Amino acid sequence: MKHSTETVSPYIRGRSSVQGIMFCVLAALLPAVLTGWMSFGFQALMLLGITVGTAILAELFCRAIFRKRQTVHDLSAAVTGLLLGLTLPPDFPLWKAAVGSIFAIVCVKPLFGGIGKNFANPAATAKILLMVLFMDDMTVWRLPQSGTVVTQTPLTGEFATYWDLFLGNTAGNLGETSVLCILLGALFLWLTGTASPIAPLSCLGSFTLLTALGGYDVPAQLFSGGLMLGACFMTADYTTTPVTRSGKCIFGLGCGVLTFLIRHFGGYPEGITFAIVIMNLLTPWIEKMTKPHPFGIEDEPKPAKQKRKKRAKAA
Amino acid sequence: MKRLNGIRLPHKKRAEDKPIKPIPLPALVRIPMLMHAGTPCTPAVRKGETVTVGQCIGMSGNKNSVPIHASVSGRVSAIEEYRTVSGETVPCIEIRPDDEQILCESCVPPVLETRDDLIAAAKASGCVGFSGAGDLTFRKLDAVKNPKMLIVNGAECEQYLSADNRLMIETPEDAVGGIELIMKLLKIKEARIGIQIDKPLAIQKMNEACADKKGITVCLLPPVYPQGAEKVLVYHTCGVVIPADQTAADQDILVLNVSTCAFLYQYAQTGIPLVERVVTVDGDAVDKPCNLRVPIGTPVKDLLEYAACHIERVRTLLCGGPMMGTVLDTEEASVVRQQNGLTALRRTKGNIRESACIRCGRCMKACPMNLMPMELNDAYQRKDPAALQAGHVALCMDCGCCSYVCPAHRQLAEKNQLAKLLLQKE
Repeated sequence: MKHSTETVSPYIRGRSSVQGIMFCVLAALLPAVLTGWMSFGFQALMLLGITVGTAILAELFCRAIFRKRQTVHDLSAAVTGLLLGLTLPPDFPLWKAAVGSIFAIVCVKPLFGGIGKNFANPAATAKILLMVLFMDDMTVWRLPQSGTVVTQTPLTGEFATYWDLFLGNTAGNLGETSVLCILLGALFLWLTGTASPIAPLSCLGSFTLLTALGGYDVPAQLFSGGLMLGACFMTADYTTTPVTRSGKCIFGLGCGVLTFLIRHFGGYPEGITFAIVIMNLLTPWIEKMTKPHPFGIEDEPKPAKQKRKKRAKAA
Repeated sequence: MKRLNGIRLPHKKRAEDKPIKPIPLPALVRIPMLMHAGTPCTPAVRKGETVTVGQCIGMSGNKNSVPIHASVSGRVSAIEEYRTVSGETVPCIEIRPDDEQILCESCVPPVLETRDDLIAAAKASGCVGFSGAGDLTFRKLDAVKNPKMLIVNGAECEQYLSADNRLMIETPEDAVGGIELIMKLLKIKEARIGIQIDKPLAIQKMNEACADKKGITVCLLPPVYPQGAEKVLVYHTCGVVIPADQTAADQDILVLNVSTCAFLYQYAQTGIPLVERVVTVDGDAVDKPCNLRVPIGTPVKDLLEYAACHIERVRTLLCGGPMMGTVLDTEEASVVRQQNGLTALRRTKGNIRESACIRCGRCMKACPMNLMPMELNDAYQRKDPAALQAGHVALCMDCGCCSYVCPAHRQLAEKNQLAKLLLQKE
């Protein structure tokens, strides 16, 4: 009999793995990829191929330079690349997309220590960079069937019907057109327990409420732009959002409110990406505020207040 | 009432419908002088002496100890050093059975009339907690000064194990008898038996057995691991939250294992001390999982042979279940008093490969004590005692849920155990 060297329990493990989780996210994005392909043709697939491919290559390259164990097999780079690709206009120049993908991986992930250590969502950060660098290319879309080039999305201009918006029969970024497909993917993640619906729902909820209160067209606002994809996939990211339930709720609320403010009072037509990255920066603070209460621990009196009392007594 | 967190282990209790069977008398038993959490005993017999079943062969003057009895009748063939599961080296008495199983004359039913009688009897019988930790039962009985409630642990939430389950199915009257006895002598008004709902037969039998008994009720526990841990069990059966720095005894609650109660009842009837116990033999290296009534000190090799286990396939041999068991170095090890199971697995932990934490928060959602294992892990990595204390690592009860669910396969529960040692050293 060979002896086990590890002598501390437990001796069995569950089946979940990082790779499995990332695979589920990729699978959940599949409907959005398919609508992108159906609406915008081969060009859309090319774009996604470039963002995913460069993301993977950038990760390989970085880990090799840093002489760290390769982590490509965990599929997180592929998820980042795919998410970035889905938020770009279908005719976005390929080399510019590659720049975004490389930035997302190199500057946001490995420089901070690799998977699990990044402070902001890599895809969202890269999208912001591309928006700032290549504003012109980021605002050219085309209608799915006719191929007519438009420079307005339903967010800023005319649109057909709510139904078209819901199904994806509209101009827009590659994977953001069909609300139905995004929701299908999100539902898959929630039902398999891969992601928690708390942050997405609180984000969409707070946004809907504010839009209704502000007297705007609720379905049009909700079904257009990057809100749905961002809310469903980026606010539920593990690394850059709070781990606690109440923290997730606060995070979602913040995203919803910021998106509303940016959409209606900001200089950019689209706000969810900025909202997510801003809330990402607040994540450590939110998490600190919402730490869980260990079993059998009574509320500790706040030390600051005690000190004040003591001082008062001393005085 | 909010349920405490936990995990759902795959139901692998393959021995749950296998009746308890006695194992053929072994050719040799080796009884270590430490089978409880406390001070080891010193041998009270010499090499060559003949002993009888139930004869006291090990004693200690220390109050933190219980006497140890011969489990077979025969001749003492050797007294040698032995390394226990917890790592201490203690004397071990080797007895070659004469196959007669003559009962020692001192085994007479004890007189049980008062609280002190019960405590003395629990000490004399060598009774220890049957569920694995091996805490001294007489100390437990003594620690609760004004017991309000007796909580009986029939949860048995570990994977594979079914010894308690079989006992409740086969001899529920023993368990209930023991509970009644303790209630009478300690003047406890109420007793609750916690059983997981995935043991319908045990629940039915226990309900029938305590139907006409006043003050004894069966409480259903969720089929979630862990349930048998003291704080979780007390919370789920009677809703009492035990503060972090206290035990159930401080809340006037007595917690005992169902098999311990059944043993005390048997002892009150026959006066035979703790010389045999039921052990579940299972694991993925075992072909015929079974529940065996085994004399204390039987080599685990005999149990594995009886259960048709291919010893060459075994990579990890555990005393207890896979979530909280301790590793046995060799198949020559003996069955000890607190051993509720013998698990033989075909895998080692060596091939578990850690990757970086992705902050998915699953460890936190699994922790019954609501701790944040990933933060404790970070704090341990930094060797930061202040952060460990702030994260209340002392509350961790080594249930292993966090390690089990971690998708990055991080050794979270293992690091928590090391972290607690680090804090002790500080």
